[in-house]
Amino acid sequence: MNHVVRKYFADFEKEEQWLNDMSAKGLALVEYSWARYVFEESAPGEYIYRLELLEEDPKKAKSAEYLQFMEETGAERVPAGKKPSGKSVYVNPRWVIFRRKSAEGAFTIYSDTDSKIKHYQRIYRLWISLAVMELIIGVFNIMLMFVNNPTALNRVNLIMGLLLIVLALFFISISMPIRRKITNLQNDKLVRE
Amino acid sequence: MSGSNEYGALTEGVYYILLSLFTPMHGYGIMQNVKLLSNGRVELGAGTLYGALGTLVERGWIELLAGSQDSRKKEYRITESGRSALLSEMTRLDELLSNGRKLMGGEPE
Repeated sequence: MNHVVRKYFADFEKEEQWLNDMSAKGLALVEYSWARYVFEESAPGEYIYRLELLEEDPKKAKSAEYLQFMEETGAERVPAGKKPSGKSVYVNPRWVIFRRKSAEGAFTIYSDTDSKIKHYQRIYRLWISLAVMELIIGVFNIMLMFVNNPTALNRVNLIMGLLLIVLALFFISISMPIRRKITNLQNDKLVRE
Repeated sequence: MSGSNEYGALTEGVYYILLSLFTPMHGYGIMQNVKLLSNGRVELGAGTLYGALGTLVERGWIELLAGSQDSRKKEYRITESGRSALLSEMTRLDELLSNGRKLMGGEPE
């Protein structure tokens, strides 16, 4: 019996925590797509889930090699949902969800400060680059308003522009806690390796 | 390789990876071995280990075992310069420990 839950997360660590809480209740994630999670009943706490933003698209050689390495260590990748055509739907294929049987012990991907910082930086850069992109297109849309003659199109430009700027602010807001985590870890490094 | 500050401090993970690789091992084997050596205290994350192996190969401290380049499970072993790095780290750790013991009036050897 599969259970479908619709839920949205902006914070990947909260998402990870939630998946592990679900797993503890005996619901193991088997498939996901945007804000939609499919769970299967399992023994409570059978799996531990971890989220990661890969450095590169999984199709590229570097990531493929890494995914294979993860497999060797007993972790499996949770697949994305499929379209009727059979094509997997990823929001961003660089975001991957791994799971490993908890019987194999604690499952962490990044266990030292340096590699944790690198991972957070990757995520930070993703949110910031999205914010910058939306901001540029948004501002451009609003500028068009002043260039064009007053037509109906203007209002569309204004609305589009404002929406994109709101989106940019959203990405900036979710990047801030990540920035704080990076700073904390970097401060840690002053006293510990 | 003489100066003991030639390399700087190694992370625990790297130290134990190098120690493990006196016997050729693949990734998962290294993870298990490091856990065993440290009585379960150091559990290397797969991503951390993967990154460390890449860096260590780049530095020439470890190498891929001939013939395992293309196989599913890549095996690594320590190189001559890896050994020197490890030795210099052990000298450094010795110094830290002996100074600590001396100044804290710690336990006798």
